Amino acid sequence: MMKKFEFKNLKTNSVFINLAAVSIIFLLIFVLIVTGLLSRYISSILILILVMIIMSTSLNIATGFLGQLHLGHAAFMGIGAYTASLLAILLRDSIGSDVVLFITSTVGAMILAGLAGLLIGWPALRLKGDYLGIMTLGFGEIVKTIITNMKGITNGAQGLYGIPKIMNFPTAFWTTVIVVLTIFLFMNSRHGRAILSIREDEIASESVGINISRYKLLGFVLASMFAAVGGSIFAFNIGFIAPQQFNFLRSVEIFVIVVLGGMGSLTGSIIASIVLVSLPELLREFSSYRYLLYSSLLVIMMLFRPQGLMGTREFSFTRIFKPKLVPTNDEEEPDEKGSDS
Amino acid sequence: MELFINQLINGLNTGSIYALIAVGYTMVYGIIRLINFAHGEIMMFGAYFAFIFAFMMPFELPFIAVIVITMIFAALMGMLIERIAYKRLRTAPRISALITAIGMSLFLQNLAYLIFGATPWVMKPLISTEPIIIGNFSIARLTVLTIGLSIFFMVLLTLFVRKTKPGKAMRAVSQDKEAAVLMGINVNRIISLTFALGSALGALAGVFYAMQYTNVESTLGVLPGLKAFVAAVFGGIGNITGAMLGGYLIGIIETFVKAYISSKWVDAIVFGLLILTLLFKPSGLLGKNEKEKV
Amino acid sequence: MKKLVLLTSTFLFVFALSACGGSDAVKFGVIGPLTGEYSQYGLAVENGAKLAAAEINADGGVLGKDLEIVAYDSKGDPAEGVQAYNRLVDQDEIDALIGGTFSGVTLAVKELAVQDGLPVLTPTATNPDVTLNADNVFRACYTDSYQGSVAAVFAAENLNSTKAAILFNRDDAYSEGLATAFAAEYDARSLAYDEFEFGKDDDDYSALLTNIKDGGYDVVFLPAYIAEVGKVLTQAKSLGLAVPFVGGDGWDGIEADYADVAEGFYFANHYAKTDEATVVQDFVTNYEAEFGEAPNALAALAYDAVYAMAAAMEEAGSTDSADVVAALQTLDYQNAVTGSISFDANGDPIKAVTIIKVVDGEHVVETKVDAS
Repeated sequence: MMKKFEFKNLKTNSVFINLAAVSIIFLLIFVLIVTGLLSRYISSILILILVMIIMSTSLNIATGFLGQLHLGHAAFMGIGAYTASLLAILLRDSIGSDVVLFITSTVGAMILAGLAGLLIGWPALRLKGDYLGIMTLGFGEIVKTIITNMKGITNGAQGLYGIPKIMNFPTAFWTTVIVVLTIFLFMNSRHGRAILSIREDEIASESVGINISRYKLLGFVLASMFAAVGGSIFAFNIGFIAPQQFNFLRSVEIFVIVVLGGMGSLTGSIIASIVLVSLPELLREFSSYRYLLYSSLLVIMMLFRPQGLMGTREFSFTRIFKPKLVPTNDEEEPDEKGSDS
Repeated sequence: MELFINQLINGLNTGSIYALIAVGYTMVYGIIRLINFAHGEIMMFGAYFAFIFAFMMPFELPFIAVIVITMIFAALMGMLIERIAYKRLRTAPRISALITAIGMSLFLQNLAYLIFGATPWVMKPLISTEPIIIGNFSIARLTVLTIGLSIFFMVLLTLFVRKTKPGKAMRAVSQDKEAAVLMGINVNRIISLTFALGSALGALAGVFYAMQYTNVESTLGVLPGLKAFVAAVFGGIGNITGAMLGGYLIGIIETFVKAYISSKWVDAIVFGLLILTLLFKPSGLLGKNEKEKV
Repeated sequence: MKKLVLLTSTFLFVFALSACGGSDAVKFGVIGPLTGEYSQYGLAVENGAKLAAAEINADGGVLGKDLEIVAYDSKGDPAEGVQAYNRLVDQDEIDALIGGTFSGVTLAVKELAVQDGLPVLTPTATNPDVTLNADNVFRACYTDSYQGSVAAVFAAENLNSTKAAILFNRDDAYSEGLATAFAAEYDARSLAYDEFEFGKDDDDYSALLTNIKDGGYDVVFLPAYIAEVGKVLTQAKSLGLAVPFVGGDGWDGIEADYADVAEGFYFANHYAKTDEATVVQDFVTNYEAEFGEAPNALAALAYDAVYAMAAAMEEAGSTDSADVVAALQTLDYQNAVTGSISFDANGDPIKAVTIIKVVDGEHVVETKVDAS
């Protein structure tokens, strides 16, 4: 069994195995959709889950890994959604393929959101903790107000309609996979480790030569760019967006997912996204209790298990094949010997 | 000129409400360094309590009684929240406490939604709606009441904090908690007292808000709470006089923006003010510059 | 690992189960604000629709099958309305839509409905753009261009107004549309007016009202929903603004909570429950018996809309969308509570506007303007 998986780099090995598992999951769901066993309504919810996965994993960059309190993440989702939608409406007649239209609009959205990320990253350099959180909250509200007031372009609070509904499950799924994979690879790189060290001890990492400002800005910019992807998928799925969908409450929703899943765990964000989006749908009759549940969960979590579901750990499918061997993640079981062959 | 003065009065009216709420934020932050996100919800519950005591009792209560009872209930509620959610987190990282506060805020909003229903309760007038005429000016009776009672209670609070023993204890705890313990102050009780006072004032703001804007619903405290928080930061977080000043200033700014520009820029301007304050003078108008310890 | 597999398959299983459905009834979807500050509107529409459905079912149903009304909550918000629409179409597989209730929601839903080709008959959305470039979207009420100009004519002629203040909600398509129509009529008559806009998050209108009071206007046109109108009128009264207010059909029901501040003011409406015609009185009686309160205009419109849609389906002989749409285009439904329903090229019916005055908490018909 071991010999089959003898690659030089365990990391590459692990990535391939996980991708294979993910592909199997995709095929399963895709087949169910195509044969009509899962209705359009359900696949719409699945897409919503994927959007939340993108939103929470991207927020994790700024909050979980970088350790900065970010309460305005939904604003970047909004910037992404509006930019992508407006681009798509503009280019709809010039571009034939849905996928190309999606990619073009999303790239444009990412650029604009990235620039906005710089705008919020800069004051973030000078603030810490509570004050930083409040600043991001204020930033989010300002963005929402600007979007609402640009009524000629965005139609303000009445909402933007006529967005081409070019989203489907495969596109959303594989985009999400790309985003999560990118974040994962980034966090496992030299840059990712630099970011983690800033969270652990800012002053120590500065004395080791890490450029704090650069990495903080990078963290915010990346988080914002990926948030734009989430916003783009969101917009193309429903065909209609309004500024109130990207308000403080939405930022809190995403934040809750990150906290409950574990700040610093991508897997945790994924699991929490799935649970927290699908549960209210399943319990539609009890929908009035859903936010009550959310919030009491949050309070209870912070009182008794502040590290969330997964803490800072990750889960990998390689565990199925090598249950007792190499740790699948840098952060745990440091005393076990690694084995590459 | 007359128009300007009328708008100024409007600004003071709104400002009174913000000031009452801001004081609560600032006192709690001063004493345990926590931004009590749930404070806006105390204001909201205050509005509901007032409605209940004014219209849903088998006997009729005079207006002053309604206000006092509401404030007492709110004070108790504030103390309860502190005991359940915040006490345990006094030594926890600030992020945890903040998240808990946000969670508490959401929890209270939804609790109100479930208990009181989704349809807003419409407040009937509790005092005469005839305006007061002074020369050329006609001012709403409610406006006079709001501004007057707010100033009255805030002066009362200031006297309490400056002159009485518990008040001094509050200031001591906010300056240096460990030293206060060494001086024999019962910190737990002082913190409870702080929450009680702040909540009482917040609830009063809620009552005025409900009387002026008639609709009482679970989200009533969200936006005023946020703006009052900006006011507290603007005036100098931790500083009670600063909170009052900040509240009135924000109220006036908001009114004048609505009167002379448009209400659609109010939020951006208020939050923009917040960011500017945080970046360039984080201690606010009346706060002192504290050097950050490395 | 095992847990994960179990969890995933459970989720998918439950999801798949919930997708099972499909029954033998004809389904009409209803979208309206069923909870929150606008709930009186949505509940009225839902009740009116359900009353009509009950009567139709007692009479044999539609195409021999039971008529079922599926109502979802929009909370008056376009984004929620879109979600409600998606659920109705994807999960409940409705045959026709009686909705949305609000113009803002209907405009958002309209694009999707056009893509789906679903027959849509909105009972109450009055914004002109709702039926524009949408062959399958119809309405049972008049449009705001008509309502707004009738209100303006009333203000100018009956109230002798020469300088109006138009106070509207810029975040709401209904309010904005009506304001525009009113202004256009004043322009046509060379009368003076000024526009004052507020947003949906605003609670404090004192700055605007103080400006209005200072401006010397003789009429204030306030085309908004009761949640906003009530607050505005309360603050106007306490500020001492003593000028007649005129409103739109959104005011219907204002006497419930705000009778004293609305005293003596006027609003445009679709019908008057005191109308002596048999069909109106029968409807009012039956509605009161079923729901314990008098029906407002929205309930009446929803009632008419369901009957009209059912009639179109019978005419078409099937629930196929294209057939029903074709039948709607040639429909001539005479026996409606709010006046006959037959559609012009756009999908708009020609209806009369009734101007109502609030007197002692009751509706008094001030005048009725027939369509021209």
